[in-house]
Order: sequence, then structure tokens, then C-alpha cells
Amino acid sequence: MGKEFDVERVRKDFPILSRKVNGKRLVYLDSAASSEKPASMINAVNEFYKRSYANIHRGLHTLSGEATELYEHARKNIASFINADPKETIFVRNATEGINLVARSFVAPGLKKGDVVLLTEMEHHSNIVPWQMLAKGKGAVIKYVPFNDEGFLDLKKAEALLKEKPKFFSFVHVSNVLGTINPAKELVTLAHKYHVPVLVDACQSVPHMKIDIKDLDADFLVFSGHKMLGPSGIGILYGKRKFLEKMPPFLGGGDMIKEVSFKEVSWNDLPWKFEAGTPNIEGAIGLAAAVDYLQNLGIENIEKHIKEITTYALKKLSKVKGIKIYGPKTAEKRGAVIAFNLGDIHSHDLTSVVDEDGIAIRSGHHCAQPLIEKLGLASAARMSFYVYTTKEEIDLFIQSLEKTRKIFKL
Amino acid sequence: MNAAEMYQEIILDHYRNPRNFGIVKNANLSFRDSNPSCGDIIEITLLTDRVGIIKEIKFSGKGCAISQASTSMLTEYLKGKNIKEVKTLKKEEILEMLSIELSPIRLKCALLGLKVIKMAAYNHLGEKLENENDYT
Repeated sequence: MGKEFDVERVRKDFPILSRKVNGKRLVYLDSAASSEKPASMINAVNEFYKRSYANIHRGLHTLSGEATELYEHARKNIASFINADPKETIFVRNATEGINLVARSFVAPGLKKGDVVLLTEMEHHSNIVPWQMLAKGKGAVIKYVPFNDEGFLDLKKAEALLKEKPKFFSFVHVSNVLGTINPAKELVTLAHKYHVPVLVDACQSVPHMKIDIKDLDADFLVFSGHKMLGPSGIGILYGKRKFLEKMPPFLGGGDMIKEVSFKEVSWNDLPWKFEAGTPNIEGAIGLAAAVDYLQNLGIENIEKHIKEITTYALKKLSKVKGIKIYGPKTAEKRGAVIAFNLGDIHSHDLTSVVDEDGIAIRSGHHCAQPLIEKLGLASAARMSFYVYTTKEEIDLFIQSLEKTRKIFKL
Repeated sequence: MNAAEMYQEIILDHYRNPRNFGIVKNANLSFRDSNPSCGDIIEITLLTDRVGIIKEIKFSGKGCAISQASTSMLTEYLKGKNIKEVKTLKKEEILEMLSIELSPIRLKCALLGLKVIKMAAYNHLGEKLENENDYT
């Protein structure tokens, strides 16, 4: 903190931002799907391969010791980023795997026919499909907390549904389509009031805002490394120790066992019980380097920068003729995404046209088909921001949107 | 080909006023498919006579200008032709109808309608579409 946040200096740390796309400077407005990577993260992975690469744990040689040290140091580093205990910080492939793990190892064993799993209407497929798969096998029921016209969850309805004692409540902290920042702490408290365990999908929040898991008190929390400057294929599942200890492992294999005989097996301690097989070692090291980078920038500075960009983009975008913006009207309760449609232009066509100008945005259903359907849409375009996004890029995008309007004779 | 050339009048016209849009009520043939990467959905329903002449053909669904326009043009082209002709229909012919060049990403949009009609025809003729992957 206290350090000035200079976006132009930040941009210099991202090698990809200097490349051209279709002859134009790259304007990357798709960070909610996956962020770009700083040189320090790339170098950390590179250095590991060049200097210390070996398999971790159990190895008695020098390189294996170094690799284990780096891997476990990465865990500590990432754990402290969200104020978690490293023993409660499990490396997974991504948030999706984390949710599947909780669904299978925590919720499934006690789930009976007619039991309810509570979600919200603004979940990503990753927080719907694992529960649907589970419910189908068990004859359980999925209920959804609805959201209103402005994209806010109906908290009264949430409480009414929690009062019915669902077996589990899983919700997204920041919607990847509406951008809504849900009152996570309030929802967790509400769930606990009715003794309902709760998982927070923090994919779109951990990269952008201070998350203190002790303060939030969620029983489980998941996020993906690739959306926060880290490599793909690495993510975190945080779980409260008291739950993790009682849960059976998710996958079986090497590294997650203590002793194996032909007849029996005993599980390894936390967190390794849930990390079967050789893990994504370089991914963990890369994610830790990304966390270092973010901490160096200062998470408060990042939050402030993104609010500024989102406010600016909302203002500029709302002036485009024929635009329809979804979700909260102000940046105050909105994360770094803005989904919209322009006239009758399909979002894929819009994305194609702006791509010609070197601008990367996302289109389609954003892996949230039920939400898109509730909004009565076929699809939506989405721009999203991160530490390297500038106001100038927003202006370039708006120019390109105006060009798109002309092409489509709107 | 730039965007302005790609989204020429005829494409926009077929997008905004799709021909043969809807569902053939007494259809004897139908097929529905979607592109999971973008969510485009197309359903084609047809009515053929005893010798296989397509008497009626309609499509419904949702998607981008390219997928909607190409399917719209395809239905116009196929009306009155024998269902067997669908078998020999090539993707180049679709691109010729559209008369635009497409990147590999957008090629899928253009070929979704063709894939759906092929599946419908092959199902009807009791044959298996060998090169399904060519259209996805």
C-alpha cells in the first residue's frame, strides 16, 4: 500500500501486451475468462524447469528436495493471500475440480432422496453441473436463489430457502455475467444461522479484491489460478479442517496415502489426502509468483483501479446507441465484467467485428446458460478488465462498437 | 475479407428476415443440433414426398448472422430438391452461397445448418454420416 499504481508501468510487465493482433495493438478485454501473464510469473515457471525440476515428496535427492520446498512454499504463500492455513489449502486443477471434490467427498455421502442442494440463478456451469450430476444419482433436488431485474440476489428468498435446511449451499461471489458482487459474508452468516454448510465460488473475486477466509467464514472456497495471472491447470480449494479431516479422498493414487498394503490403505494427512498423483508442481509455483506480483501491486490498489475502469466503461458504454447492459447499474456493486448486447447484433458477430481491430472480448452464454435464458437472451457480449486495462483501451473498444453499428446498419 | 465485406447486405437480409423460418407441422424428418462452444442451436424440419422430394423445409433456432443466413439460404436452395441430394452437398457450396471468406472459427457457424440437414437426411436414409467431424 501507499505505492502509486501506474497502469503503464504494470503493462510493461506483460510481454503479450506488446504484440499486435490483425495489425492493431492488442486490446485484451477478456480477463474474466483468463488473464494474461506477467513476466515474473513466466520466469518463475521457466526457472523451475531450468534449475530445480524434479518430482516432489519422497524424493531424497537434492532436486526433489528443492522442488518439494518450492511447491510447499507456494502453498503457504497462496494460503496467506486469503489468510488460510496451508493445511486447509488444497491444490486442484481449477475451481471446477474443487467444486466437484466437495460435491463428491463432502455432500454426496450424506445426501438422500429428496434432500435439497441450494444454488443461485447466477451460477457458472461449474457450480451447477456437478450438483445436477450428484442430484440425479441420489434423487436430490436443486433449488435456486433468484435474482432481480438489476441482477441482485433476493436475500429474503435466500433466507426462506435456507430455513428449509438444504444439505448444502453453494454460491458465486461475483457473477461472471452480471458482474454482481454478492454479499458473501451476509450469505455465509445466513447459511450458518440455519446450520447449512456453504461453498463460495471466488473465481471472479479473489483476483480483484481482498478475501480473508477467516473473516468470511465460508466452509469451502474455490478459485482458479489462470484468472489471477497464474498458469492454467492450477487452482485452490480451501476447506475448513474439521470438514476436510472427515471427508473421504476424492481421487485415489500416489501421494494421497500414508500406508498401502494389498488389503488396506490409510490416507495421508491434510492437505495431501486430496492431492492424488503427481500434482501440477510448476502450476503451483507459477500461481505463487502471480500472488507475489498481485501483492506487490497491492490488492487495494488493484480493486481501486478496476473500479475506476469499470465506472469509466459503464459510462462510455451506456452512451452507445442501442446498447443494453446487464447487471448492476453502477460499479459500486459490480466486479470487473460488463455483459451487454448491441441492437439485434448477435454477440458472436460483434466479437468478430471488434477482433478485426485487435480487441478481444467474449461472447455467447459464458457457461451460464440458465442465467442467459432467464434474461430472455440467446447470448451476450462481455468485456472484462484487469490490472493492465486502460481507459484508452475502453475508448478504442467504443470506437470499434460504433464501427460495428455502421456495418450492421443500426 | 474485412468485416464490412463479410456482413454484406445479403447476409444481413437473411439474418434479419430468415426464409423458411419456423417448424413444418406435419414434418416426417427433423434434426436438431447445437454448437456447444457458442450455444448456437438449429433445428430443421422437413416434409418429403414418396420419392424424397422436399416439399417443405423450415428451420428454427438461434445464432449469429452467419449461421442464420447460411441455414436460411440452404433451405431456399433445398426446397423442391430430392433429399438424396443432401448427401452430396459440399461445404464449398455453402460458402459459395454465402459468397464470403471465413476464418476457421467462423466456419463452424456457417456449417452448422449443413450438418443438421445432413444428419436429418442420413437418419432418414438409414445411413451413417461418415465424416461428421467435417462440419464441427
